[in-house]
Amino acid sequence: MEKTKREIVLPSQYLGDINKNKAGRGTFIEQGKIYARIVGVLHQNPPYINVIPVKGRYDAVEGDLIIGFVEEPLSSSWLVDINAPYPALLHVNEVPWDVEFGETEKYLNTGDSIMAKILSVDLEKKLNITLKDRNLYKIRGGHIIDVEPSKVPRIIGKKGSMIGLLKKYTHCRIFVGQNGRIWIDGDDENIVKMLEAIRLIEEESISYGLTNKVENLLKTQ
Amino acid sequence: MTVLPIIKQNYLYKIAKQGKRADGRGFNEYRDIIIEPGIISKAEGSARVRIGKTQVVCGIKMDIGDPYSDTPNSGVISTAAELIPLASPDFEAGPPQADAIELARVVDRGIRESEVIKLDELCIIPAEKIWILFIDIHIIDYDGNLFDTASLAALAALYNTKVPMERFKEFFEKIKESHPVVNDYLQAHQTDYPLPMREPPISSTYVKFNDVIVADPSIDEEEIADARLTVATDKNGDIRAMQKGLKGSFTVEEIQNIIKDSLVNGEALRKKLNESVGS
Amino acid sequence: MKSDINLINEDGKRLDGRAADELRQIKIEAGVLHRADGSCYLEWGGNKVVAAVYGPREAIPRHTQNPLKAIIKARYNMAAFSVDDRKRPGPDRRSREISKVISEALEKVVITDLFPRAAIEVNIEILDAEAGTRCAGLTAAGVALADAGIPLRDIPVSCAAGKIGAEEHDGTLTGGHVVLDLGKAEDNFGNADLPIAISPRTKEILLMQMDGHLSVEEFNQALSMAIDGCYVISEIQKKALLQKYKTDLEVE
Repeated sequence: MEKTKREIVLPSQYLGDINKNKAGRGTFIEQGKIYARIVGVLHQNPPYINVIPVKGRYDAVEGDLIIGFVEEPLSSSWLVDINAPYPALLHVNEVPWDVEFGETEKYLNTGDSIMAKILSVDLEKKLNITLKDRNLYKIRGGHIIDVEPSKVPRIIGKKGSMIGLLKKYTHCRIFVGQNGRIWIDGDDENIVKMLEAIRLIEEESISYGLTNKVENLLKTQ
Repeated sequence: MTVLPIIKQNYLYKIAKQGKRADGRGFNEYRDIIIEPGIISKAEGSARVRIGKTQVVCGIKMDIGDPYSDTPNSGVISTAAELIPLASPDFEAGPPQADAIELARVVDRGIRESEVIKLDELCIIPAEKIWILFIDIHIIDYDGNLFDTASLAALAALYNTKVPMERFKEFFEKIKESHPVVNDYLQAHQTDYPLPMREPPISSTYVKFNDVIVADPSIDEEEIADARLTVATDKNGDIRAMQKGLKGSFTVEEIQNIIKDSLVNGEALRKKLNESVGS
Repeated sequence: MKSDINLINEDGKRLDGRAADELRQIKIEAGVLHRADGSCYLEWGGNKVVAAVYGPREAIPRHTQNPLKAIIKARYNMAAFSVDDRKRPGPDRRSREISKVISEALEKVVITDLFPRAAIEVNIEILDAEAGTRCAGLTAAGVALADAGIPLRDIPVSCAAGKIGAEEHDGTLTGGHVVLDLGKAEDNFGNADLPIAISPRTKEILLMQMDGHLSVEEFNQALSMAIDGCYVISEIQKKALLQKYKTDLEVE
């Protein structure tokens, strides 16, 4: 693990100038200067200066795979909570079933969980999601937990290394939604193991040597 | 997210069948309890109580006022609870809703009916002036089991309360002239003194979901609960208050089992309370 | 306003022993609540404040939504037991006014155009009060907003300065000292109170209220003093936020 210094920056902290750098994630520009706009870890990817958030609501991006909870069936769509500042809309045209007008409840009802994809985010932040894809469906069985969306990259790991580790030692099926919701299925003992490992990753997400720690935890049970 | 998604509910039911709870506790086990008395300097008495992540602050304020006509020589208690929007994304600002009112009344009854406070010792001038005691419960963080947390906070705050003779010095000076009978009271109480109290009953809360009964429900468990029962027991093992909540039901046997458990849990909570207030 | 209390003596020491430009003791802790998206616990002299932020989330009722940006709803509330004479629960006119000026101050620093139609709710609860509660509340709100991960141009900070010890005769004031961060007695018997809030990076004034009696020169003195106070407090806010995440970094 490279020992690069991980610096925490705070909103309003000066990070660079736009004549030398480009403003990336978590920053804003004022009078030619780049500042942090959130509490986060400074990450330089020259010429980009990024601030990776330590906390915050899910910021929907087109193409993201997420787990949603159906809030309300409407006449030709469903309102779905995806842990974003806004509920998302799932239109009957975006599901693999033939849904008659007013019959939405027959397919998805309040309290159901779905694995979906962000279809579009418009200027007013209105969100549309879709179930029309090979890997998307209504979820049955297993367990779902919530983590900070900002920790998702850590749980997946570089090139899926962390999630691979979790699967290897627990033999569980796992799906990590970009919106911080994780679905797990397996036998009960292993689910508990998996939950503990995920909590560890959440708590120590910006430490060094986390991968080893997690492996040790999973091995010892 | 106000409603627990079905998958989460099913998971809780499933592990409950195996005798487990989501946070690894036993069915009859309470989360960690932390009681901190005397944290608010402006209040006559105060305490902060945490059960797990649920956090409640209770402040006691006293004032001098007129007695109720049916109890002319008795002090007066008034209990209020605020489910402030600070504590949960689902709490709204505004006048107390039914939940807050029920909470306040249950905590109030637990204190009033069991005569925890010696109200007859809060009489200043018989039939004219008595002490009014305001118990204000502030929920700061909501993670399940407000009843027990609020009750403990109220009791810890009461144990910590000093009748504010100093703050009302001017009032006593003025009233001495017109009501010399008050001198008896002043003789006995020349400075701030501890609120006269009796050993209180301790409440213990249980919820039922899918025929499983657990103590000290977490917020998810409350979400899926069909019925809830709070039982207050005293140090002699007698029952002093009960409140059943939510729309489901209990069998007689279930209630008897809960009573048994509440005697045990009540005792443990009482011990914790006594340790924290140093009595 | 004359009183028998001598608020400041010949050595320039105030009732509580502070110098004219000295702040009361301040302690700040970020991320103290479990349910809130961001939170802060703050102690300032005898003040004890909790602030919690929820959001951004869709603004309801829908007619309050702004299609271009998020709205900030600050709610300042004093607990019934936070003051000498128990306060009846519920917002009174004073609380509503303070809620409004705080909401307006926060609007400037939150990057609201990132969240059209949303609301960001800031709840400030005063648990123990000892003068300067709105400054304590806003300062805590700033930390809570940063803790919630809400994009900010700056972390707002608030402080007050005022004047004590002047004597009034027929509308003219003589004597008196401009002091920083009024305490309880100073607030009750002082001559002027000037709470402000600033964006430390740009020094812009986000909130300012004044009541009492100050000459223009005294106002400038007080403003300058309050701004200096804000910078000191800003460092404490930043430390509190770093403290929360630093412990993770220091592993090996």
